Amino acid sequence: MAQFIEGLLYSESHEYIRVEGEFGYIGISDYAQHALGNVVYVDMPEVDDEVTAGEEFGAVESVKAASDLISPVSGTVVEINEALEDEPELLNKDAFANWIIKVQLSDPSELDNLMDVEAYKKHCE
Amino acid sequence: MEKKTCLYDRHVALGALMSPFGGFIMPIQYTNITDEHNAVRQHCGVFDVSHMGEVRITGPDAERYVQHIFTNDVKDAPQGQIYYGMMCYPNGGTVDDLLVYKMGENDFFLVINAANIDKDVAWMQEQMPGFDINFEHQSDYYGELAIQGPEAEAVVEEVLGLPCKELKFYTSKTLDVADGDEGETIIISRTGYTGEDGFEVYGSHEFTQQAWDKLIESGRCKPCGLGCRDTLRFEVGLPLYGDELSADISPIMAGLGIFVKLDKEEFIGKDALAEQKANGVAQKLVGIELTDKAIPRHGYPVLTPEGETIGEVTTGYHCLSVDKSVCMALVKTEYAKLGTPLAIQIRKKVFPGVVVKKKFYDKHYKK
Repeated sequence: MAQFIEGLLYSESHEYIRVEGEFGYIGISDYAQHALGNVVYVDMPEVDDEVTAGEEFGAVESVKAASDLISPVSGTVVEINEALEDEPELLNKDAFANWIIKVQLSDPSELDNLMDVEAYKKHCE
Repeated sequence: MEKKTCLYDRHVALGALMSPFGGFIMPIQYTNITDEHNAVRQHCGVFDVSHMGEVRITGPDAERYVQHIFTNDVKDAPQGQIYYGMMCYPNGGTVDDLLVYKMGENDFFLVINAANIDKDVAWMQEQMPGFDINFEHQSDYYGELAIQGPEAEAVVEEVLGLPCKELKFYTSKTLDVADGDEGETIIISRTGYTGEDGFEVYGSHEFTQQAWDKLIESGRCKPCGLGCRDTLRFEVGLPLYGDELSADISPIMAGLGIFVKLDKEEFIGKDALAEQKANGVAQKLVGIELTDKAIPRHGYPVLTPEGETIGEVTTGYHCLSVDKSVCMALVKTEYAKLGTPLAIQIRKKVFPGVVVKKKFYDKHYKK
C-alpha cells in the first residue's frame, strides 16, 4: 500500500513539495514510485537551472520506461540530491525521505494550485 | 479490442500488470522486471507466449514453397531441425522474422510474431499460386509456453514429465500426451528468446493451461512477463520485429546476413539482398555503450560528437546483467565501425557513447 504524508503538497503528476520558508524540496510520491517499479536512473537538472511550474525538469527511469518529472512550482534549483546519482533505488526505499531537487521559489502563490494530502489521496483512487 | 490468450485469467489471478502487445493483452510483469529477468538468467522462468502465430505448410510443394518465402535454407533438412530466418519483400525489407520447424517430408511448422499474424498470413497466401500446398493457419488452436533458464531442462523433465534431455539446440520433436479422454500431439523444441537454455512447448489451450498450472504450483519456475522477455533478448543481441527489423530494415542492415542464404537458388528478396551484401547498405544496426547511466530509448536520436543526427535508437536499456546503459541503433554506415565515438540525445541532454558489439551479454545455450 502506498504511503501518504501530511504537510506536503502534491501535484496531479505525482510530485510532492515540502515547503520550508522560501525553499521547497521536490520529489515523487510513494504512490508514484510504486507505479514506476524499480527506479534505475534519475535525470536531474543542474544547480542554478530555472524550473517552471507545470514544465518538465528531469525524468525518473524504471527498467521499462522514462517518466517526466514535472515541477509543481517555478524557481531556481539550489541543490540536487546527489545520492540519487549512484543510488536511484533510494526512491523505491523511501520516496519522501529522498527528495530530488531543492528549489528557491519565485512565486509562492503557485502553491495554492497544489493538493493537500486528502485531495491527493482522492486523486490516486 | 485486444485478444486474450488461454492463460489470461491465470495472469490476472497472479496480479500481473497487463498491457496490450501485438494485438493481445499480455502480462508485462508479475512482481518486477529485474527479479523475473534474474530468475531466467539464474534458475528458471516460464513465459506465456501463446500470442505467437503458427502456420502449418504441407503438401507436395511444401519444401519448395518454404524455400521461396524464407531466407534460410531448409532443403533436405533432417526431421525435427529448426531454422531461424526472415520472410522478405522483393526490395529486401523484412515482412517478419520467424522459426521454421521441419516436421517431416514436405511438412513445415512456422512460428511468426503476434503483431504480424494478419499481415504474414495474407503475404504467405499471396505467394501460394503455383505451389501445390495445404496452408493451415493454426494460431487459434495453439497455446505456447517458453520455459527458460539453466534449470529449464530439469523442470520440463521433472515437473511436466516431458522427456527433452536429448533434444539438441534448435531441434524439436512431437510427443503424444494424455489429455482427458483423448490424447493430443504436442510440439517441444530446444529454443527460446532469452539467450539461456530453454524449451518452447506448443499444445492445445487445455494442455497449455494444465502445464502452466503444474509449473507455477511446483515453485521451481517463476512466471515471467514480456517486460523481462525484452530485456533478456536485448542483452544477448536478439532482434525484435518492429525495433531492429521492419519493412524498412532488411536482415542485411540488421547484421543478420548469416540467416540469408544467398547461395540458395531462389527466394523472394534474394536479388535485393544480394545487392545489399555486395555493395553495402546506407544504414546499419550497431550497439552503442554510454559512459553515463542515462538510458537510451526507442526513437531517441543518435548524433556525431559534433551534433549531426546520423541515426536512431531501436532498443535501449540499462542492461540488467552487466550494469551498463546500452542500446541498439540504426546509424549511417560510415559511423558503424566498432570504437566510433557517437552521442545520444536523451531528452534535453546529449550523452557520449561509443560503438560496440550488439551483444551485451553472452548467450548460455546448451548445444
